[in-house]
Amino acid sequence: MTTATLKTGIQPISTGRRVKDRVVQVLVYLAFLVAVVPLVSVLYLVIKNGLARFDMEFLTHSMRNIGPNDAGGGAYHAIVGTLEQVLLASLIAVPIGLLTAVYLVEYSRGGRLARAISFFVDVMTGIPSVVAGLFILAFWILVLGFEFSGFAGAMALSILMMPTVVRATEEMLRLVPMDLREAAFALGVPKWRTIVKVVLPTALTGIVTGVMLAVARVAGETAPVLLTVFFTDSINTDPFHGPQMDLPLFIFSQMQLPNQTAIDRAWAGALTLILIVMLLNLLARLISWWRSPVRKG
Amino acid sequence: MAKQIEVAELDAYYGSHKAIEGITMTVEPRSVTAFIGPSGCGKSTFLRTLNRMHEVIPGATVQGKVRLEDQDLYGPDVDPVSVRRTIGMVFQRPNPFPTMSIFDNVAAGLRLNGRFSKSELNGVVEESLKGANLWNEVKDRLHKPGSGLSGGQQQRLCIARAIAVRPQVLLMDEPCSALDPISTLAIEDLISKLKTEYTIVIVTHNMQQAARVSDRTAFFNLAAQGQPGKLIEMAETSKIFTNPTEKATEDYITGRFG
Repeated sequence: MTTATLKTGIQPISTGRRVKDRVVQVLVYLAFLVAVVPLVSVLYLVIKNGLARFDMEFLTHSMRNIGPNDAGGGAYHAIVGTLEQVLLASLIAVPIGLLTAVYLVEYSRGGRLARAISFFVDVMTGIPSVVAGLFILAFWILVLGFEFSGFAGAMALSILMMPTVVRATEEMLRLVPMDLREAAFALGVPKWRTIVKVVLPTALTGIVTGVMLAVARVAGETAPVLLTVFFTDSINTDPFHGPQMDLPLFIFSQMQLPNQTAIDRAWAGALTLILIVMLLNLLARLISWWRSPVRKG
Repeated sequence: MAKQIEVAELDAYYGSHKAIEGITMTVEPRSVTAFIGPSGCGKSTFLRTLNRMHEVIPGATVQGKVRLEDQDLYGPDVDPVSVRRTIGMVFQRPNPFPTMSIFDNVAAGLRLNGRFSKSELNGVVEESLKGANLWNEVKDRLHKPGSGLSGGQQQRLCIARAIAVRPQVLLMDEPCSALDPISTLAIEDLISKLKTEYTIVIVTHNMQQAARVSDRTAFFNLAAQGQPGKLIEMAETSKIFTNPTEKATEDYITGRFG
């Protein structure tokens, strides 16, 4: 071995590098563990404590006429509220965010307007969620005089969703190779059709992931919803009129009560919220899988 | 179907950088014209000015005239989209649409311009794939993704896609440079077949290829790095390769530089 080494000048891996390799490997695994431990323990706690009240009554009943010390009751009104508010927020934020990203990547050619938009999108990313709630409270409810409603909450949430959607979509659109756009142009396809039929479908999976991240983020927001949707114990399926409820608010209100039945309801609410976000994610995966060319292959 | 292209005093810019200068030439219909020259001499840039693909790049501009028969392609009321529909293009790297099946790729040009029935599409797709010598290889998997084909098949798919919109001219920007010799041969056979119907312009780095497939050859060169590229000489391919008028052409084709 040593003679071979001398002849060709090719060395075996030195002990120093072997040690460094080991050390870095161990560090990487450790970092991974440190990141996973809180995640797993949160999941474990929520599932363990949430299962106590996670039953059909919880999923199908509201808190109407249930006193602070009573057992029973459920989060149906909050589930309905969360779904409606997140859906409305997505309906507002996704088109605006998508079109903004399309403008930034496909049309702006790096002009002054594009730089201004990029800057403000970055600023919006940093807006604390309570500020978005205060803005809608001050503008929509106090100045314009509309009542508390799920829609007001959806507007506050859409403010929080928009920058995430813009950023994610922008990144994905930039990843679409210029070749594909040129191929479409060379076939005599107008620019807008190229974007709709070639660029967006190619980036679809990434865009869906970005939108789901934004949805997951706002589904767990409490402060802006508290300021705009207010609070109710009853079922209100109309997001445009009157106070609604949603899951974070439900958790927030239940865990303030000093008895075990309420605490259990709060945990079950947390479990429901996690399940809803997970189901939405699965749904999004399913949609992008169904649209992807791999399936056809 | 095939038409003649006349270019007069054409300059192309990237921002303020002049990439090609003062190009005047005529491209004959129903023939293959090859562009050769060292890297960076503006062959590809010039090719892209012929169907207004040059201006797709931010900051890129063109001065001068390109006429297809009698129509100025850079006229004030000419729609670049319609120019590109008339003058198709095949790129250096095969670029089938990854989200589409083989069938959809070929149908893309028609479908994205939206005016065809299912049976018409079927006919055009079969005809185009046959035209690109790909039909027999893919007829049983038309609805599989185009990205699953080999490089050479993908390039022929791109040619099928380009001829499906029935252009009058086909521009090819080094269509074989990413392919192995067998696929290259397939594409060259295809070019010889297509020239009976189309005006074909091909950019190539491979001089044997230019000699094999083209009827006329244009040699481009640039005086120095950073200078604009110019057309040095254009003539019958046999003349360019055996008895060029210019010294630079002879030096290039005999491999003395470039």
